[in-house]
Amino acid sequence: MLAYTSRRIVYVIPIVLSVALVCFLLVHITPGDPLVAVLPADASQELAAQLRSAYGFDRPLPVQFGLWLWRAIHGDLGNSIATGRPVLSEVMRAVGNTVMLAIAAAMIGFTLGLLFGLIAGYFRDTWVDKVATSFAIAGVSLPHYWLGMVLVIIFSVQLNWLPAVGAGPGGSSAWAWDWEHLRYLVLPAITTSVIPMGIVTRTVRALTGDILSQDFVEALRAKGLRETEVFRHVIKNAAPTALAVMGLQLGYMLGGSILIETVFSWPGSGLLLNSAIFQRDLPLLQGTILVLALFFVLLNLLVDIAQAAIDPRIKRS
Amino acid sequence: MSAMSDTALQAAPASKARGYWATVGRRIRRDKVSMACAIILVLIFASALLAPWLHLADPYQGSMIRRLRHVGTPGFPLGTDELGRDMLARLIYGGRLSLVIGILPVILAFVIGTSLGLVAGYVGGKLNTAIMRTVDVFYAFPSVLLAIAISGALGAGITNSIVSLTIVFVPQITRVAESVTTGVRNMDFVEAARASGAGPFTVMRVHMLGNVLGPIFVYATGLISVSMILAAGLSFLGLGTKPPEPEWGLMLNTLRTAIYVNPWVAALPGAMIFAVSICFNLFSDGMRSAMDIRN
Repeated sequence: MLAYTSRRIVYVIPIVLSVALVCFLLVHITPGDPLVAVLPADASQELAAQLRSAYGFDRPLPVQFGLWLWRAIHGDLGNSIATGRPVLSEVMRAVGNTVMLAIAAAMIGFTLGLLFGLIAGYFRDTWVDKVATSFAIAGVSLPHYWLGMVLVIIFSVQLNWLPAVGAGPGGSSAWAWDWEHLRYLVLPAITTSVIPMGIVTRTVRALTGDILSQDFVEALRAKGLRETEVFRHVIKNAAPTALAVMGLQLGYMLGGSILIETVFSWPGSGLLLNSAIFQRDLPLLQGTILVLALFFVLLNLLVDIAQAAIDPRIKRS
Repeated sequence: MSAMSDTALQAAPASKARGYWATVGRRIRRDKVSMACAIILVLIFASALLAPWLHLADPYQGSMIRRLRHVGTPGFPLGTDELGRDMLARLIYGGRLSLVIGILPVILAFVIGTSLGLVAGYVGGKLNTAIMRTVDVFYAFPSVLLAIAISGALGAGITNSIVSLTIVFVPQITRVAESVTTGVRNMDFVEAARASGAGPFTVMRVHMLGNVLGPIFVYATGLISVSMILAAGLSFLGLGTKPPEPEWGLMLNTLRTAIYVNPWVAALPGAMIFAVSICFNLFSDGMRSAMDIRN
């Protein structure tokens, strides 16, 4: 296990470096000068040249990348152009809210997905299966930002049960675990949970169907095992793949939260990314994407290791 | 018994054996859900294509005195938007841009990804490593984040949104194409083609392409639904189409402020995205099971 874990960690290093390279290059594919947002429109040539050398944009790209990476490793992702505050602290504060949203959504989406998937796979081709499969297809086909709007229309505008936007009284800094604040989490969490619900349902349904058609299940039944015991074997065999899919989905929820956070003005990393894009705040854009991508890589690593821990066959391949 | 097999033998040359694609076509035509989806998609495509000849209101012509009319208002069957423009006309015209920016990235990625995957899978060795490790890097980003990162860096615009979505889908299709190609490469008929002197280009084009295209095609049709949602999503964020162009994602964005006045009109563009997306998903599922002849 230790050998496998260290091998996986070593394999992640080049991925992390390439991710950093992509994030670094993002700023350089922008049309025009990366300084365009800081420079006043009537800036003189000298001022432009001065700023360019102050930010290091006059050096060769590989040198710039080396310096940027060195500072990034030490936790310095530069300062936000809009607020002047360090990018890392801005991003980490926002990521906390996104993690909270993602975990709430995961609890809803994974529970329903596992439940629907197991039932649909077990009672394949019955009406229960058809209902669960329709839910799953709808879940993966819904434009989730639109679902967010529809939920706001129903529960905020028409019924006036839940708030439409924001993170509760006092904004993002005054979060507390009471209903006063939690009610702001309900609609965004339900909206976020729909895609993972659909994907987990489809995966688990297919897995359950495959496992039930294998010979060993026949053998278990022939041995006279009760259906509940057979079911336990099904779950055990489905667990590694289901876990991998759920890990990936959690990563997508963390990284892909921008649309939902925009709809609900939820003060997470997605909303931060949105403002970074529209204020042309390139250091903030770069830093947010880097942090989110690193979270995603780390999550994938953890899932791989966890998968190998519960299924020893994976280590050998 | 023997008489029967005799007649069967004699009858055999008269009717040509059905080919693979003919069988797949016959199976998909029997699938009610897939056919219903295909009909809905054809209707949406046809109305978008024929929009100028459908005697619709001008999708750009607004009026301050008839803003945000409800669904069913005489003269405006689906109401009007926040600038008083006819929703029915805008939804139908909106299909033109929405379908193009949603589907074009998948077509481009299909061409590029299939070529890359075919070469990587067939040539193998260092070239395979180079292509597939590059693909791995893009897999280190959640696809929504990657699309938004590239679009955000390039700036708003239709072309940039198509480019960014193409970049998101190329790695996914390359991976599928590579694994299918690797599976076919070592089959006997490829070996035979090579032994009879066919060069790598000929083997890839004549012998491999037809055998790998099916699974990649099915995978790509499945991506169209995601692509539609993401493309409209980029416009929804303000990164795609610019106003006053009718496009479903952008319409959803500009109507967001109207949810307190006329909520159901505001939700209409999203219903269009949902309809196209779910039809492509169901049709792609139908194709997948129709192509799986073994069952």
